[in-house]
Amino acid sequence: MQTPAPVDYVRATSVADALALLQQHGEEARLLAGGHSLLPMMKLRLARPEILVDINDLDELRGIRVEGNEIVIGAMVTHAEILASPILFEHYPIFREAEKVIADPIVRNKGTMGGSMCQADPAEDLSAVGSALRGTVVIQNAEGKRTVAMREFHEGPYETKVADGEILTEVRFPILPGAGSAYEKVERRSGDWAVCAAGACVTVSGGVFTSVGIGISAVNAVHFTAVDAEAFLVGKEPTAENIAAAAQMAADSCDPSSDQRGPVDYKKHLAMELTKRALTRAAAAAKGA
Amino acid sequence: MEISMNINGAEVTHDVEPRTLLVHFIRENAGLRGTHWGCDTSNCGACVLWVDGTPVKSCTMLAASAAGHDITTVEGLEKDGKLDPIQQGFIECHGLQCGFCTPGMLMTGRWLLDNNPKPSDEDIREGISGQLCRCTGYKNIVDSIHWAADHPAENEVSA
Repeated sequence: MQTPAPVDYVRATSVADALALLQQHGEEARLLAGGHSLLPMMKLRLARPEILVDINDLDELRGIRVEGNEIVIGAMVTHAEILASPILFEHYPIFREAEKVIADPIVRNKGTMGGSMCQADPAEDLSAVGSALRGTVVIQNAEGKRTVAMREFHEGPYETKVADGEILTEVRFPILPGAGSAYEKVERRSGDWAVCAAGACVTVSGGVFTSVGIGISAVNAVHFTAVDAEAFLVGKEPTAENIAAAAQMAADSCDPSSDQRGPVDYKKHLAMELTKRALTRAAAAAKGA
Repeated sequence: MEISMNINGAEVTHDVEPRTLLVHFIRENAGLRGTHWGCDTSNCGACVLWVDGTPVKSCTMLAASAAGHDITTVEGLEKDGKLDPIQQGFIECHGLQCGFCTPGMLMTGRWLLDNNPKPSDEDIREGISGQLCRCTGYKNIVDSIHWAADHPAENEVSA
């Protein structure tokens, strides 16, 4: 029987209350969002918090909305809500394509945007989406809020810029008019973590790429992206040759480990092939292409 | 800590440790053994029940988090002594052998039909992709859910 070690539990009534509780209990406190990463880690004793601060009642962390030229996703928005969101699908189909292959429909009812970001699993799909879209996260503490780029958010596997006593409150994505986006993933079985996954978000104008965002997951890409491949493509025509060359550069920049999901060569091949497919479909979907 | 929740229309209160998982609260404290405790790792889906009408894997939720919410378990599907069509479908189409996965299949299947009254094979297979069955090979489960879609209860609005 797997069950968490003894732990205290308290429900936060607001973000301010949650911050006060975190401050009061220090580094032994953990926020409980969807719980679908934290509770399994607590069962395995990989996490041993002394108190859980449940933030499921915080409606201020829910909702998907457009603010100016950004889309804002609250930290407590579930995978199921991201999958079903017409706003996200209108601007960025990459969200629906990624969410369809995250876990299973029941897990998606509980897992959250903020939880996924803060868990920072190296095979996390939304981290790759966030890098491809050049998103930013908003982190709040007792002193106030600050914004961190997704591409500077991760300190390493399972480590982020969110410190003790802080809450990730929302994730923001700039709206690029006419952008095309796509997501590709290979997993061993339905609902599994990626062996490798790649996403792309591009704009095309005058027959050339005007912006390129690449997100790559599960193969140790720095900040879940491939900046050399992106820079290579900007200003170039969206031809098969250019995309293939960029995809190879992206794969070369990854540093996967050999494990039960596959050997290094296979994962690098996937990084190349999936980046190529994502870029190709994103380019075809971009208006003005 | 004292925890109260509404389970299948009845208020239930027990004093439990904060670490108690919802599946154990339902089975051990509330005494409702229909919800099954399977893999413990949110993979198998035998423990699926509804929290405020939405299916969740109850092995991966604290009972404390469910306090104050409305829980529906497999025991809550039957209405006025009459089985829900999803239950009848599993009988008609032999949707189970050992029966261990069945409560989760029923709760997910009912929710699927509530949101998509005429699902395709693919819709059903995607819908139950978070449930494991080691007996049937899923064919009869898919057929059972189709049966329920084709035989809505009288009070259901057919699509």
